[in-house]
Amino acid sequence: MVEPLLSTHGLIKRFGGLLATDNVSIEVRPGEIHALIGPNGAGKTTLVAQLTGMLAPDSGTIHFAGRDVTRLPTHARVRLGLARSFQITSVLREFTALDNVALAVQAHRGHSFRFLADARADRGLRDAARQGLEAVGLGGRADTLASALSHGEQRQLEIAMALAGDPRLLLLDEPMAGMGAEESQRMVELLRGLKAKRGMLLIEHDMDAVFALADRITVLVYGRAIATGTPAEIRAHPEVRQAYLGEEAA
Amino acid sequence: MTGALRTPRGLATALLLVLFAALPLLTQAFDQRYLLSIGTRIVIWSIAAVSLNMILGYGGLVSFGHAAFFGIGGYAVGILSASGVPDGWVQWPVAILAAAAWAALIGALSLRTRGVYFIMITLAFAQLVYYVAASLEVYGGDDGLNIGRSRFSGLIDLRDKASFYWLCFALLVATLWFCSRFAVSRFGFVLRGARSNDQRMTALGFPVFQYRLAALVISGAFGGLAGVLLANEGAYVSPAMMSWVKSGDLIVIVVLGGMGTLFGPVYGAIAFFVLEESLKPLMDLVHKGWGEYWQIVFGPMLVLVALYAKGGIDSLLGRRRHG
Amino acid sequence: MDYLLIQTLNGVQLGLLMFLLAAGLTLTFGIMDLVNLAHGSLYMMGAYLAWTFIGWTDSFVLGVLLSLPATFLLGVVVEAVVMRRLYARDHLDQVLATFGLILFFNELVRAVWGPAGKSIAVPAFLGHTVEILPGVPYPAYRFALIVAGGVVAILLAWLVTRTRMGMVIRAGASNRRMIAALGVNIELLFSLVFGLGAVFAGLAGVMAAPIASVKIGMGDDILILAFVIIVIGGIGSIKGAFVAAMMVGQIDIFGRTYLPDLLKTFLSPAAASGAAPALSQMMVYIVMAGVLVWRPTGLFGQRS
Repeated sequence: MVEPLLSTHGLIKRFGGLLATDNVSIEVRPGEIHALIGPNGAGKTTLVAQLTGMLAPDSGTIHFAGRDVTRLPTHARVRLGLARSFQITSVLREFTALDNVALAVQAHRGHSFRFLADARADRGLRDAARQGLEAVGLGGRADTLASALSHGEQRQLEIAMALAGDPRLLLLDEPMAGMGAEESQRMVELLRGLKAKRGMLLIEHDMDAVFALADRITVLVYGRAIATGTPAEIRAHPEVRQAYLGEEAA
Repeated sequence: MTGALRTPRGLATALLLVLFAALPLLTQAFDQRYLLSIGTRIVIWSIAAVSLNMILGYGGLVSFGHAAFFGIGGYAVGILSASGVPDGWVQWPVAILAAAAWAALIGALSLRTRGVYFIMITLAFAQLVYYVAASLEVYGGDDGLNIGRSRFSGLIDLRDKASFYWLCFALLVATLWFCSRFAVSRFGFVLRGARSNDQRMTALGFPVFQYRLAALVISGAFGGLAGVLLANEGAYVSPAMMSWVKSGDLIVIVVLGGMGTLFGPVYGAIAFFVLEESLKPLMDLVHKGWGEYWQIVFGPMLVLVALYAKGGIDSLLGRRRHG
Repeated sequence: MDYLLIQTLNGVQLGLLMFLLAAGLTLTFGIMDLVNLAHGSLYMMGAYLAWTFIGWTDSFVLGVLLSLPATFLLGVVVEAVVMRRLYARDHLDQVLATFGLILFFNELVRAVWGPAGKSIAVPAFLGHTVEILPGVPYPAYRFALIVAGGVVAILLAWLVTRTRMGMVIRAGASNRRMIAALGVNIELLFSLVFGLGAVFAGLAGVMAAPIASVKIGMGDDILILAFVIIVIGGIGSIKGAFVAAMMVGQIDIFGRTYLPDLLKTFLSPAAASGAAPALSQMMVYIVMAGVLVWRPTGLFGQRS
């Protein structure tokens, strides 16, 4: 039995009287795309915040890459290989696409307490950044300001930044958000191509993408993980059909 | 480099630097000695403004306590001088280290807060330093202290106005050089990235707090240097050096000149002095005796700048090639 | 023992005065997310306007009463002309603009009322002492301040907790965008909140005048103390402002009265009287630093 890349055990988070995360135990295996779905308000965002370290759980543990990271700050988890993209595009708008990815690469290449050398002249950083942009299809837009990129291109940039540190686990928060059909298709292809080397936790509402990509799916409702299984199992799961898929299920 | 000279901004800046370099010669030739005094103070304030720009312009942190670094640098020199240590070789490093240490302390306490809290906390701690200085009766208290200028074992006589000016100018150039490297270094990119979106930077794996703390310490050290120079300029230190008004003036200078740009602070310092010197006679022209109340015009001008001219003088010099 | 009681009362009086100043400020910060450095200028204008009105009417009470609507009007005008344009801006713009306002008001006061300070005498009907306990006289004016300050604090508490407007204010302090979505007239609300803060600031200025002084820039130093109070209490929290103001009032008074003696027990008299003023000023800041380490958003502030 291969050790999971990421696992949580009995995660609980309360906000006053609201139980946002209800005893959640999930795991992501190496090389798998694990989708997290659920209706709005199910607690997906809260769960992601705890996984990345922005929010501290009230109880329960999180293990990543063989370590207990429950108390580890966000940047330390990133250093261990946990990368994320944001639901609302969160690129550095005043910088070029190349600068954005170069910074992401820089975070994993030693420390940055260097004050005199020109970072733009650092071939190691710049070449790796260009490759990163090529990999997501933004090679031709390297010198464009991030704010001047189209919405879909910005989402691609988010992915490139998340990939820059060669992470073990990619946490993608609604990567398809706001994309048209063609762009979504491209993103699906891109993600599918990435999967072999890493694990992916994918939060998405776009059901076509989820069923096309996911190896396993966990369904979150009112903070509780009500089902985990292959897409076929989830489709057939009675509680899931009732709570979430409703009549949309094929 | 030569490419930069062909732009209006590049040309203006180059001319300015040449003018500054030649100032002692010019003021002697035209027999306008007092202009050298003003020039010296502009240069010193430029250094202080460049130091604030590091944390405010590049870092995006509204620190309203920068005058404290200024004052600590100056008082370190003053206290050492009054205690029988006139040696500049000792005074200056101590002063800069003291300012840096204060920055580290303030940073540790305030950088964990955000937004409005940060502004008020930096203001409050600077005020604390002001009160401490004002209560040091033995060093002049409220009235301040006259001191002897730093001695550098005969290498340079700071009492000679021209020599002192050139030392200040050289230090300004050095500060600007450091700032130019700093802005595009790995560190600078992290700091500027954090200014743009600190949550993003954390998600990339950068411990943003540590970088901001380091930036504040560096910024404080250069601010202390400016304080050292000011103490030597007038051979005088007083708590007024670190009043919150001075902190506000420094912010005005940085914004007026163009935040987050290299030479912006220098333009800002010049503009600030020019405004003060010219508003008075202008208002006197309109009505005799009004010049004394020049801040009645200056105050609303700041409001207008805040509302409509945030790009500062730098933005007036033409569009920037990105980078 | 009596001395202790008197100093405690002085601390309460200072605390109530600071609460008046801080309450408006914390609402402005909390609801409008507006850094208003010029709040101290409103404090100053309240005092100067009262001085003028007292001069015209030859009556302390009348002068004070007239200064309140005048300060309210001033607050409304400042809000409409400057503040309104700053709500959407970032904090740096607000700092810059309100700094400009401080310079403007200080110079305006100097031009209109002259550079020398003014004095407002304690009114004759409050010039005596009150026996708060048998054999313990306390200045009637200070006692009146405590009463007046206490009444205003209670009124404010009632307004904020028991009225609809108060509810809207508290909701706004907690979630600005939401109240707009709920159909509240934001412009009116902001004007009212700002005007209210201005009146309180002006009232504090007037009340403080007979015991402190009326001079240019009188609001600026005390403003920083108000900032400290808000940081300790938590931005947007009236309760926090009250608790923190009371704390700071006691710390300040006790620092100034008892610290020199305390220091003299283990320092030489010269060193003690040299260090005491600085240390007593420092105490408030040290407390602020301590609170920040423990609770970065203040005692009652929003936990983010």
